[in-house]
Amino acid sequence: MRYAMAIDVNKCVGCGDCVVACQTENNVPIGYSRDWIIEITKGKYPDLMMHFESQRCNHCEDTPCVRTCPTGASFIDEGGIVKVEHDECIGCGACIEACPYDARYFHPDGYVDKCTFCDHRVKEGLDPACVSVCPTYCMYFGDLDDPDSEISKLLNSREWYTLIPEAGTKPQIFYLK
Amino acid sequence: MEERLFQTTRDIEFLYPHVHVWGWPIATYLFLGGLAAGILLFATLYYLKGKEDDMPFTVKIAPIFTFIIIVIGLLLLVYDLHHKLYVWQLFTTFRIKSPMSWGAWTLVAVSIFSLLWPLSYIDDIEKYLHERGWRRLDNITKFIRDLEHNWVIPRFIILTFRKYRTFFAYILLFLSIILGIYTGILLSAFNAHPLWNNPILGPLFLTSGVSTGSAFVMWLSNNKKERKLMSTIDMALIAIELFLIIHMIMGLQAGPEVYKQAANLFLGGEFTVWFWVLFVGMGLVLPFILEALELKGYHIPPALPALLVLIGGFIFRMIMVYAGQMSEYPF
Repeated sequence: MRYAMAIDVNKCVGCGDCVVACQTENNVPIGYSRDWIIEITKGKYPDLMMHFESQRCNHCEDTPCVRTCPTGASFIDEGGIVKVEHDECIGCGACIEACPYDARYFHPDGYVDKCTFCDHRVKEGLDPACVSVCPTYCMYFGDLDDPDSEISKLLNSREWYTLIPEAGTKPQIFYLK
Repeated sequence: MEERLFQTTRDIEFLYPHVHVWGWPIATYLFLGGLAAGILLFATLYYLKGKEDDMPFTVKIAPIFTFIIIVIGLLLLVYDLHHKLYVWQLFTTFRIKSPMSWGAWTLVAVSIFSLLWPLSYIDDIEKYLHERGWRRLDNITKFIRDLEHNWVIPRFIILTFRKYRTFFAYILLFLSIILGIYTGILLSAFNAHPLWNNPILGPLFLTSGVSTGSAFVMWLSNNKKERKLMSTIDMALIAIELFLIIHMIMGLQAGPEVYKQAANLFLGGEFTVWFWVLFVGMGLVLPFILEALELKGYHIPPALPALLVLIGGFIFRMIMVYAGQMSEYPF
């Protein structure tokens, strides 16, 4: 089992539904967010191209956050989901410093919080909240170990990129070009 | 041209415009850890070289301060935690890949040994204080003696430590080197911050820590020979530091784009004046010159170069903690 997400940047309109769905589903404190959207404009006027990236924890294969955590509160759960055990977290901030994607934040209660791939939904066979509400169906969630899953087929047939691959974290959120 | 903007709100103060999770408490702690490591390194090294009586301040007196320094450092670390009540979770596990876990365990071990070390010298310490007319601490030394004479367990611990002092000196020497290196490796483990993520940082922090240790001894010792020796050692350490700094900046400049940007923080960027004038100029070069002049026979109060080195070491940690967090990959 290797959970991953693919996001089609050609379909994404940057509406922010994924962000609101996540905040609602996961009771994210006001002012915080586990996912966010970035607008990228490339080119020189008048030849400009724009696309959106819905960003979140990349649930990396090589996780600097888990490596630097001094207590083991950050761990890799089944299916490669990177999670934080709140009662083991001392709030030292090492994982926040270690993450090149700024995907982690201090919850107002002190512990570190982040995207969980909505594992409580995934366990029931549902998609993460962000994926399930997307109005343009630009997000795909699935198992990379299964060659017949929709995401495996997409990643085989389409061109894609990942964020900051040079940081060496082997991110598992793929952006379809 | 490429422009990247936030489409949805992400107004988290410690993440944007750049990560700012660690501040002065961590920088101060890194300084104190290095200082304690330096003092203990000299104490154990000169004890093992048999200089116990030639260099009484280095071996017997200076380690008294390390326990206090480490406790202040530990308090700062706990103060900086966001989930403070769970701090004990550090000691339920040992994470071999996490420098912070190494540090937590090392700190506990070092603080225990650095308390036992001066306790085992309590007679010499009292004599040293009385020779200098200091009787204000008599209550404390008397209390420690009572503890040693009247209580079985403290007596056993102190006597064992005294009996096997050479063995414990080797352990403490090893631990002090780990403590000195770890403060640098702690930062270099974060590859999300290119300025920190360079292998020179460990040796550089160790050298700087040992240098502040020698400055501390030089400052407070009244033994001329000890001062002269520490001053010579400090000059050598400053020379090594300068070499490592040049090495670090050259290494960053030869790296990928974000590493070049990290070097640029010191080469025309925000921290240029802090780094070259306050740290390199006033914290390394100036004390080096003052120490050299003193060795040549000019009269220079030893407190002056010593304080410059100590302040320089602190500024260096502040610069590295703040500048390192500004050195990031683009979002």
